[in-house]
Amino acid sequence: MSASTTTPRKLPGSLETNRQLDRWLRFDRDGTVTIFPGKVEIGQGIHTVLVQMVAEELDIALERVRLALADTSYSPNEGMTSGSLSTQQSGIALRYAAAEARDLLMQRAAAKLGASLEQLTVRDGTITARSGGSVTYWELASADLLKREATAEVAPKMPEQHSVVGMNVQRLDIPGKITGKPSYVQDMELPDMLHGRIARPPGPGARLAALDVAEIEAMPGVTAVVRDGVFIGVIAVREEQAIRAQRRILRSAQWEEQPTLPANSDPRYLLDLESEDEVISERVNDAAAAAATRLEAEFSRPHIAHASLAPSCAVALFQGGKYTVWTHSQGIFPLRGDLAKVLGSAENDIVVIHAEGAGCYGHNGADDVALDAALLARAVPGRAVRVQWMREDEFAWEPFGSPMVVKMSAALDAKGNIASWTHDVWSHAHSTRPGSKDGANLLAGWHLEKPVAAARPGNPPLPGGGSHRNAIPLYEFPGQRITNHLIRKAPLRTSALRSLGAHVNVFAIESFMDELAVAANADPVEFRLRHLKDPRARAVIETVAAKAGWKPREAGDGTRGRGLAFARYKNAGCYVAVIVEIEVGNEVRVKRVFAAVDAGQAINPDGIRNQTEGGIIQTVSWTLKERVGFNRERVTTLTWDDYPILTFGEAPEVEVTLVNRPELPPLGAGEGAQGPTGAAIANAIYNALGVRLRDMPFTREKLISALA
Amino acid sequence: MSFDQPSGLSVRDGARGAAPGHFMTLTITVNGSTHSVAAEGETPLLYVLRNDLKLKGARFGCGTGLCGACMVIIDGKAVPSCDVPVSAVAGKSITTIEGLGDIGRLHPLQQAFVDEQAAQCGYCASGIIMTAKALLDANPRPTDTEVREALEHNLCRCGTHHRILRAIRRAVEGEGAK
Ligand code: FES
Ligand code: FES
Repeated sequence: MSASTTTPRKLPGSLETNRQLDRWLRFDRDGTVTIFPGKVEIGQGIHTVLVQMVAEELDIALERVRLALADTSYSPNEGMTSGSLSTQQSGIALRYAAAEARDLLMQRAAAKLGASLEQLTVRDGTITARSGGSVTYWELASADLLKREATAEVAPKMPEQHSVVGMNVQRLDIPGKITGKPSYVQDMELPDMLHGRIARPPGPGARLAALDVAEIEAMPGVTAVVRDGVFIGVIAVREEQAIRAQRRILRSAQWEEQPTLPANSDPRYLLDLESEDEVISERVNDAAAAAATRLEAEFSRPHIAHASLAPSCAVALFQGGKYTVWTHSQGIFPLRGDLAKVLGSAENDIVVIHAEGAGCYGHNGADDVALDAALLARAVPGRAVRVQWMREDEFAWEPFGSPMVVKMSAALDAKGNIASWTHDVWSHAHSTRPGSKDGANLLAGWHLEKPVAAARPGNPPLPGGGSHRNAIPLYEFPGQRITNHLIRKAPLRTSALRSLGAHVNVFAIESFMDELAVAANADPVEFRLRHLKDPRARAVIETVAAKAGWKPREAGDGTRGRGLAFARYKNAGCYVAVIVEIEVGNEVRVKRVFAAVDAGQAINPDGIRNQTEGGIIQTVSWTLKERVGFNRERVTTLTWDDYPILTFGEAPEVEVTLVNRPELPPLGAGEGAQGPTGAAIANAIYNALGVRLRDMPFTREKLISALA
Repeated sequence: MSFDQPSGLSVRDGARGAAPGHFMTLTITVNGSTHSVAAEGETPLLYVLRNDLKLKGARFGCGTGLCGACMVIIDGKAVPSCDVPVSAVAGKSITTIEGLGDIGRLHPLQQAFVDEQAAQCGYCASGIIMTAKALLDANPRPTDTEVREALEHNLCRCGTHHRILRAIRRAVEGEGAK
């Protein structure tokens, strides 16, 4: 057993897996710097954050930093843009790469100007020696400068030296978007591009009995009909012609539908299915047996749709045996791998290029439509094909956020402190994205005559976790047992929806904490603080309570109420505490929301506020309104009328306070508000009316039956 | 940071599809200029704007008039362009987001969206700005409730509502101050 092989030094962020400096940065002749992040913009403002971090380390103006779109032919492979990790992974890699590049340039400048490093200063890329001479980065940066492995030995700036990081820099993409510039893959246009649509089966198990392809081919503008198994696509010259042909197929094709879905959409169907059970945390408190008070409760959420405002879209070109695919996928490399499996091509014959889509909030139809476009493009070599799903396609076929059921129990000791706690969560898998070793996770692949099977559904592993994300409470209880019950086989496809299981686990934990506070005759803020040691956790709770003017034990008045909830996302990410004010008339209205967020060092404070506000408002929508409906054969919520989301009339005022920690590493903040917001609403309803709602969504019907 | 259309692709002049349907040549006025387009009369205006006139600011979200991503102003009224056949707008005056302002000379509403950073993905933004423009043209000092009511047919999935409302309020106040 010798340790003679030297393990390479561990590098920060994604530098660890992409170690060459020139994978990240390039100095261009025109006085700019191009950065090559592998993480993509999904409306979270990451591009602006990365530009800020690089401009800071290099001491150059923001305008000098350009950003290359992620492209499998040159970008570092950073896997998925998910889990609120882009700042930690891409940002930190770029920060160290830029610091090292600056250092290399300074050394060259010192030699050239005959000065010592201490005698040099940098201003917007121009290095000046105290004795007078000066030279720019671009004069010094030869092609070989960054052709080397990163060492990460050059320390980035200290927070107190920051002048760009920590500032509210305006998002770089907003002016183009609000003036109507082509900004999304949906807006892309290639010469002589054709338009495709896919006519999907009516439901997951449906078999095609009859289809008159000739009739479709004869329709105006139709260039080709691609049929392979139950995958039916149509290509036409004009977009409306493709849509009309798709509609005709949907009307004329004869299907034999199969009753593969549960008899009703109550998530408790999960409890009847076979599960894999795993205790993920256990601590025994013998004293709990003598506890005075015991409580039990059960919480649930139905299937939820990502429901991106833009139905998924991709453009593909097949030429000379090679594919080029433009996509809003969150992972261009994993997508390329799965495309290769279904198309039967080598990965090297496929280039996948990222182009922005609308907000996706997790794994939606982005990857699937990329395969759709490639399959259609293969039928018309040399012509680009743009495929956009129709609204109904997105609602019927996107992978949903999994339904979940959580059962809680706890015991209070004589002092009203929690002596023991159990949390059991039942759920399908929360990650069925492309990129597994076996199988291919792309919808059309399963519909082909010779299908390419899906990979085995699973969860991201702990500590992040999937259905068990945030199942382990941050509170310190003398006894606890947390059990994950994973039901892999899902009648409807499920995958990552913003915050994964954290939305429901935190909803259950934080609702239950309030129930226990009532049983212990304690104020919810004080009750939480007495079980919580982490000073950062305590600080966000105290901050939000102060901002909202929380009054201990304030009673609701029968129509209005307030509720509080807290979580640290993934128990390792940002800390968020939320106070919600509601008003109950015919239905529950969230009027106002306060939040306090600690995301470590805030690179762009307004960006964190923006994402937190968005997370809060979206969660108000999930919690009050949303539920995917289905019958035995198919999904039945196919339009915005069937699946209403929060409107402008219903949107709350939101006030987010940042607890900035410049001395601590930055933490992603895109998903921290989901869990606390759901629970805070339930707690506010209890505060207002004295009834406890435990099954989302909190619709008028649920409210009426709870009050009855 | 809108992306550039990829260039340099060699694309053969492929055979067109089967014979076109009932094409007609229609004259429409968009942002003050007159265009003639060859399309079937029932083609939704949205596809003519996006694909024939290359105005990509009106965006597809549902095709059924329920989300507002495709809003344009026709004769002073905000209308979902996915729900209007192109034949119905001949002779009318159509304004799209591209007709409001441009980078460097933003319309006050657009400027307010920048000032308030009122976008996450931004896909909803152009439709919302058009709805707000039609509202402010008719009612320069709307109340908060009137703004919310006007936006009843515009959806935002990112939850940017509260910033968007703030941006519109800012534009209203700015205008009023003039
Ligand atoms: S696309 Fe026109 S209203 Fe939705
Ligand atoms: S900002 Fe994304 S839909 Fe409104």
